[in-house]
Amino acid sequence: MGRNGKLSNVYLAVVFAILYAPIAYLIFYSFNSGGHMRGFEGFTLEWYREVFADTRLLIIVLNTFIIALLSSAISTMLGVAGALAIYHVRRKRTKNTLLSLNNVLIVSPDVIIGASFLILFTMIGIKLGFTSVLLSHIAFSVPIVVIMVLPKLQEMSPTLMDAARDLGAGSWQILTRVVLPYVKPGIFAGFFMALTYSLDDFAVTFFVTGNGYSTLSVEIYSRARQGVSLSINALSTLLFLLTVLLVVGYYFINRRAAKTPAGRGLRP
Amino acid sequence: MQTKASTRNAYLIPYVLWMVLFVVAPVLLVVYYSFFDVEGNFTLGNYARFFTPVYMQMTLSSFWYAFLITVFSLLVSYPTAYLLTRTKHKQLWLLLIILPSWINLLLKAYAFIGLFGTYGLTNSLLEVVGIGTKQILFTDFSFIFVSVYIFIPFMILPIFNALEEMNPSLIYAARDLGASSWLTFRRVIFPLTLSGVKSGCQAVFIPALSLFMITRLIAGNRVITLGTAIEQHFLVTQDWGMGSTIAVFLIIAMAIIMFLTGSGKKEVRNGKKRKAV
Repeated sequence: MGRNGKLSNVYLAVVFAILYAPIAYLIFYSFNSGGHMRGFEGFTLEWYREVFADTRLLIIVLNTFIIALLSSAISTMLGVAGALAIYHVRRKRTKNTLLSLNNVLIVSPDVIIGASFLILFTMIGIKLGFTSVLLSHIAFSVPIVVIMVLPKLQEMSPTLMDAARDLGAGSWQILTRVVLPYVKPGIFAGFFMALTYSLDDFAVTFFVTGNGYSTLSVEIYSRARQGVSLSINALSTLLFLLTVLLVVGYYFINRRAAKTPAGRGLRP
Repeated sequence: MQTKASTRNAYLIPYVLWMVLFVVAPVLLVVYYSFFDVEGNFTLGNYARFFTPVYMQMTLSSFWYAFLITVFSLLVSYPTAYLLTRTKHKQLWLLLIILPSWINLLLKAYAFIGLFGTYGLTNSLLEVVGIGTKQILFTDFSFIFVSVYIFIPFMILPIFNALEEMNPSLIYAARDLGASSWLTFRRVIFPLTLSGVKSGCQAVFIPALSLFMITRLIAGNRVITLGTAIEQHFLVTQDWGMGSTIAVFLIIAMAIIMFLTGSGKKEVRNGKKRKAV
């Protein structure tokens, strides 16, 4: 297609500048010795030292990662089962019903998810804290995994499974030797997606944390309301780097996933 | 091609259990709770209260803000998506557009507190230009600006995809037939990318209705959306009944919007879904 004129490039540059402005701003001031976000006084790593000296904050970071890893691992298993379940349903009506129910949590506003989970956990008597946060993160990650895995299943040729069965493979062997390896890129993509959703989530967690337990987003929220502290800037710089790593990782997995299906000799 | 019934059921068990517990039950519980008052008595009072001027006005302003946020997001995103499809390394640029949306939203909101603050960068700039210091934080402007900032990637993505799917020869045909660029855009490009615009609007409008953290941090509690009201009722005043009633109306509004903007199935494309906070 055609090239962009000068004016268009200026427009794009402005959009990019605005998108990155807050992030650049946070990172820039994380090195400010002045202790505030107006006027740079001198370079310091003091705020980074403060982050690493703050045990409470480190525990919260650890909590956040534990929740993210556990919830995405469990939701990946549930989601793969879900995708297989939907894939195997023959009746179109049932399939569509399952798919729409699957999408409910994806399109619902987080406030509603949070509020309804709060009611649910209180009703069945789960104490608010680690368990409730973990369960809700699993709950909202499952449909994402399903949506990442299902297209891979659908593009797989059913003759592969027939061939495996003809050659005497049992259901378990078909699953572990044929189906799962084929949809592996989708599973990884789903896992990564679930991981970033969990790391990023604020609204749902905010409803179900209760007292005493906190994840990073909730902690930043309460600190930001109290006023400005540059250790948050230092922390966000570190998180930004981590996010970039995650996204780059996800990008490459996706790229590899896009390349594989044709090049593997898996065609019937 | 036969699958044994037993294996089929085995996959369904954990998934359906998850669905009943975390999809069906929560919705039913919200509806159930909307019929109870603070003391736990059965009542229709919450619904009566919802139709009083206070809540009606809140609902209207919530819709109005969501509408403004959607319109501004669209105005910024459409040209961006269009220009992106014409760049050389478009996938890379698209990734760079999406990247900020993977950064924790709280941090970005926090950065805007600094950027828009009395001594922030924006006010320093205004000072230099000669306009002088203005109150930016805690205004409608800052609320809409930050919300649009957050939603832009979710609007760009579906529009970008729709533009990519469009057959370019249609544009050449329009040009050959003598249509000006504007006419080509109006009669060919825009109608063909309408599906992307629709799903973009859907991805922005629904979360914009239920924003709640931004209203606190950026709008200084001046803007009350349906989301803020739900959060307030659940976590501050502990009036779960009224909170649930508002949630029921939000769910209804959501269903109507999904119906109006076409298919109810929204895929998670490439990037990340909106994080409504």
